Amino acid sequence: MTGTAPPLIELAGITKTYGSGQAAFQALRGVDLRIEAGEFVAVMGPSGSGKSTVMNILGCLDTPSSGSYRFQGVHVETMDRNQRALLRRHFLGFVFQGFNLLGRTSALENVELPLLYRGEGVASRHAAARKALAQVGLDGWEDHTPAELSGGQQQRVAIARAIVTNPTVLLADEPTGNLDTVRSREIMELLTELNRQHGITVLMVTHEPDMAEYASRQVHFVDGRVAHDHQQPARTDGA
Amino acid sequence: MIWNTLQLALREIRRNLLRSFLTILGIVIGVAAVITMVTLGNGATKSISDQVSSLGSNLLMVRPGQRMGPGGSAGAPMFKIADVQAIAAQVSGVKAVAPETRKSASVVVGSRNWSTVATGGTRDYFTAAGWTLSSGRIFTEAEERGGKAVCVIGSTIQRELFGGGDPLGEMMRVADFSCQVIGVLASKGQSAFGSDQDDVVIMPIRTVQRRLTGNQDVRTILVSADDGVSTDTVKARVEKLLRERRKIGENEDDNFNVLDTKQIAQALSSTTRVMTTLLGAVAAVSLLVGGIGIMNIMLVSVTERTREIGIRLAIGALEHEVLLQFLIEAVVLSSLGGLVGVALATGASLGLSSLMNIPYLFNPGINVMSFGISALIGVVFGFFPARRAARLDPIDALRHE
Repeated sequence: MTGTAPPLIELAGITKTYGSGQAAFQALRGVDLRIEAGEFVAVMGPSGSGKSTVMNILGCLDTPSSGSYRFQGVHVETMDRNQRALLRRHFLGFVFQGFNLLGRTSALENVELPLLYRGEGVASRHAAARKALAQVGLDGWEDHTPAELSGGQQQRVAIARAIVTNPTVLLADEPTGNLDTVRSREIMELLTELNRQHGITVLMVTHEPDMAEYASRQVHFVDGRVAHDHQQPARTDGA
Repeated sequence: MIWNTLQLALREIRRNLLRSFLTILGIVIGVAAVITMVTLGNGATKSISDQVSSLGSNLLMVRPGQRMGPGGSAGAPMFKIADVQAIAAQVSGVKAVAPETRKSASVVVGSRNWSTVATGGTRDYFTAAGWTLSSGRIFTEAEERGGKAVCVIGSTIQRELFGGGDPLGEMMRVADFSCQVIGVLASKGQSAFGSDQDDVVIMPIRTVQRRLTGNQDVRTILVSADDGVSTDTVKARVEKLLRERRKIGENEDDNFNVLDTKQIAQALSSTTRVMTTLLGAVAAVSLLVGGIGIMNIMLVSVTERTREIGIRLAIGALEHEVLLQFLIEAVVLSSLGGLVGVALATGASLGLSSLMNIPYLFNPGINVMSFGISALIGVVFGFFPARRAARLDPIDALRHE
């Protein structure tokens, strides 16, 4: 790339309409958003405000009805299904509220799954998966299946799976929604660490202000628009 | 890429061992049924053609009447010894000609008795009918001409009346006269029609005519063709001669029939071949049902694993990778079923063929074909569920409960 680097993510005039005619529902009504590399953004808002829709679009799982979405300067809204899948494979990592691990599959196998799709060999897959599990504090738990792990541990496995590919952006959809306060804090500290130590941009949907405190920026959605967007001082760990 | 997908598929199969087993059960049974049916059918065909050839090689059986079987000889004049002598003298390319006449009779030795068929023949009869001796001798020309009370017995008679002991020189009652046992025949086993060929007593034809049937009739003439001479040629010559001797006009039908054992062999083996094909076809239907079973389970599996497919798509699996994964899963499952089926069929065929007393003939063709079809079934019936999985919308799939 030459000259000034484009922002990591740039949304301009994004709308999203579900259904058509009388039943049409406009989930997003013109969203403009710029996210720079290295940010930790908390996306907040009441249910129905469009925060999940915008996350799906940011995660290239869904396409906008109109508007433009540029990822590192490249237009995403015109990409086809497979191109978006490749973008997810190489640049994005996902963490979900419900963990979404494969059942009856060991933590190690869960974590190495994205590498399988990248076509990596067994040895490098295992090494990378072990490293990622160690990074989330799960050394020694490689052979446990999700049923043998606590909620917090399952979410750590999910995070390991998301970061095993060294993604540019980590998208977390209510990552602490199913966890108690102590586990939630641990997960948030882990995300903060990944953001600060490893420079991974984190986009997180949450409706808990406590959790949003960990982010460096909060974007509030109301009725399909950005209501306010502010930077906040970085919170120190273990407050 | 294929290798990785194969690993994914194998991992999936291992993850659901019981379901995988139930899925392939239909294919296992289908493949095993097809192979077993065809293998047993081939064995039965082989055993029948072996039994027919035990009747005697290059053998023609000439009988009065237009057709074979009961009532077929009604009204047609019986053959006499003179007809036999005429064939022997005037037809070329003949190794042996022998008359045969039969009468059922009870035979008694001591306190044991047995109901059998007394067969009258000549010395040449043994050659023509393909009998060999296990001990003793056949009757001499003098005994034959004189209609002496001597007999050669089959192994069943030896077993039933002499308890397997040495019967040579012993006296045996046949109906109301007694005769001396001079030889024992080597066993031929069951005939193609299921009767025991060793349940037989052979005596000079004159003895049977004089003491049992009370007439001069010859019921069957056996004609054995020389090696290298076609039975068709000999058959035509015999027919021509007999038409002359029996004074059958140009436009009249024969009042006798000449049966070529080769024809019996062909008729019987074509019957068993039809049966084999039929059984194979029925078994093939079960293979098809097995394939539908695979499709059914794969469709259920796609629905059940919707969220998993959503995860795979979210982390960057391409449409064709998901398609390939499900397709390979189906193919691996059905091929596995095919392999287990082949193994099962080998066991079943070996067991059943020894139980049914027929030879086990390994048929590589049907094994390879059944296995190939099972793999093909995986492709065909796996494609629809796989495409459905690959086309899922990742967001809907992730939300799926």
